[in-house]
Amino acid sequence: MSDENSLLDSTRFRREREADWRRLDALLERVAKKSSKALSEEELIDLPRLYRSTLSALSVARTTSLDKNAVSYLESLCTRAYFFIYGSRSTFGERVSSFLRRDWPDAIRRLRNETLAALAFLTIGAVAAFMLVSNDPDWFYSFVPGDLAAGRTPSASTESLRGALYEGGGGLSVFATSLFTHNAGIAIFAFALGFAFCAPTAVLLIWNGCILGAFLAVYVSRGLGFELGGWLLIHGVTELFAIALAGAAGMHVGWAIADPGSRTRLQAAAEASRPAGLALAGVIVMLFFAGLLEGFGRQLILNDTARYAVAVGTGALWCAYFYVGRMERRP
Amino acid sequence: MTDASPTSAAGSAPTPFADRMDQRLQRRFVTPEGVDLRLRLAEASERFAAFAIDVIVIVSGLAAFTVLLAITGFAAQTLEVAVVIGLLGFFAVRIFYFSFFELGARAATPGKRSLGIRVAPRDGGRLRAESVFARNAMREVEVFLPLSFLAASAASDGVDAWIVLAGFVWSGLFALLPLFNRDKLRPGDIVGGTWVVKAPRRLLQPDMAEIGAAPDPAAVDVAFTTRELDTYGQHELHVLEDVLRAGHPETIETVAARIRGKIGRPEKAPADDDLAFLKSYYAALRGRLEKRLLFGRRRRDKHDIQ
Repeated sequence: MSDENSLLDSTRFRREREADWRRLDALLERVAKKSSKALSEEELIDLPRLYRSTLSALSVARTTSLDKNAVSYLESLCTRAYFFIYGSRSTFGERVSSFLRRDWPDAIRRLRNETLAALAFLTIGAVAAFMLVSNDPDWFYSFVPGDLAAGRTPSASTESLRGALYEGGGGLSVFATSLFTHNAGIAIFAFALGFAFCAPTAVLLIWNGCILGAFLAVYVSRGLGFELGGWLLIHGVTELFAIALAGAAGMHVGWAIADPGSRTRLQAAAEASRPAGLALAGVIVMLFFAGLLEGFGRQLILNDTARYAVAVGTGALWCAYFYVGRMERRP
Repeated sequence: MTDASPTSAAGSAPTPFADRMDQRLQRRFVTPEGVDLRLRLAEASERFAAFAIDVIVIVSGLAAFTVLLAITGFAAQTLEVAVVIGLLGFFAVRIFYFSFFELGARAATPGKRSLGIRVAPRDGGRLRAESVFARNAMREVEVFLPLSFLAASAASDGVDAWIVLAGFVWSGLFALLPLFNRDKLRPGDIVGGTWVVKAPRRLLQPDMAEIGAAPDPAAVDVAFTTRELDTYGQHELHVLEDVLRAGHPETIETVAARIRGKIGRPEKAPADDDLAFLKSYYAALRGRLEKRLLFGRRRRDKHDIQ
């Protein structure tokens, strides 16, 4: 009974191919442990061939073999191989390079309508709060939480309000870092909230605008409007733009889910997440620069005109990077 | 065919319950070569466990990091640098931990890896960095939003408390979303176009039929009649395979006695070896069923009569 002829067809089938399966298994395990660089060129060429032969073995085994372990082994092996063969193998460096050269500005351009909407929400909030606080300073306390105001309230003296705009001081790097991490948290939150059909993101943007408008109203009432503008905009151009873009990314996704058109909602959400995810990654980069400008730039540059110059300069740079040129690349 | 129950009509055998449970999370996933990989989705419980493991990894990592910074920071009198590094470190871990690992070769965080699951794009294409990033950014509303409402509830009363409660319920819906859809998608999966599938590394075990077909010559060489082999189908064959691989002596004895009774063999003689009997029967049954398979007849289980 032990001679070759008495073997089952499925057993013989397996004997002939087992070496290939084990080789594919070993290669995949090495890739998973290290990276595709762990393989020689010869092995990289061999992988697709092994994958295809194993895949065809799987479909044969499913219809002719009742060896449960072998079939489920082949299933898991083919699945692992599939994800490697059809997965992305670009390195981190390549990803960063294509992100900076092409993907990031492309994504921002695709979010243009949402960006305009986000900026409009910020403006609406700012204008509304400005008007309310100008008429009745008590409104200030409804918009600005106590810890954020830090004494800069309508009841503060003009001198202390002015002082807050030009204070320098030590610990700048810690200050800059905490600003960056705090703002990045808010930006990601604004993005994630967009999932609920845009509405929470819109509320968050309007509320942030309100805080801005309330401060502006207090300072303008003391004749410090121009000075506050410099203090805010030196980093605010970058920071507010970034927050608006994060909100825009969230609304892009939320809108796709609310109004998917001819696609399913799931398809629409997945497609929308591509520019949105890229934009969000870019927002983190922008907020890093905003943190530097706020933590160092604002504390070291105390001249109003210079502050405005930096604000205009950064705004122009971002717009040039995002919107100028390569318009034909729109998919 | 001796025990055909009257309820099972020919050709429409009911799928065993275990198989149905098995197929609940199985999804059609056809490769460009035209083969269905029959992906299995991860259970919600597995995903929660994976997340819990990741949280433990993150928290303990950050704790160790903080202690390290505290020691070196105070020693070198560079507290400011230490704080900056600490803040950036916390931030980087919170934002990039999941994305970093899910973009690696295994497409799984340490927690997912330990449970044998991974992230995969639903459309079968490439797993894109931006999708993974968006997927993990959604954790802000899934995890941190309910937690922040929970934290706020401690500090509020009256109308505020009701508002906080409403917020908690609303945000809790996001966190529990995987329980309410077939594909166990969380909001991050919906946004990222991904799902989480089982991708364990299975080992290729020896072929039981090969062992059964070639027992040592001294053992009894059992031959079975067609009638004896037609008692069972594929499901029973697979159960038998599991029993043989597990190799518990008691189970083997019980199963052997049961099969002997079913196929009408005499009671076990003292000289009979249960294991050898089961292996021979397994090889013979598999040969019989596979031969019928070649003719296009797949017998699901013992109730499946054609």
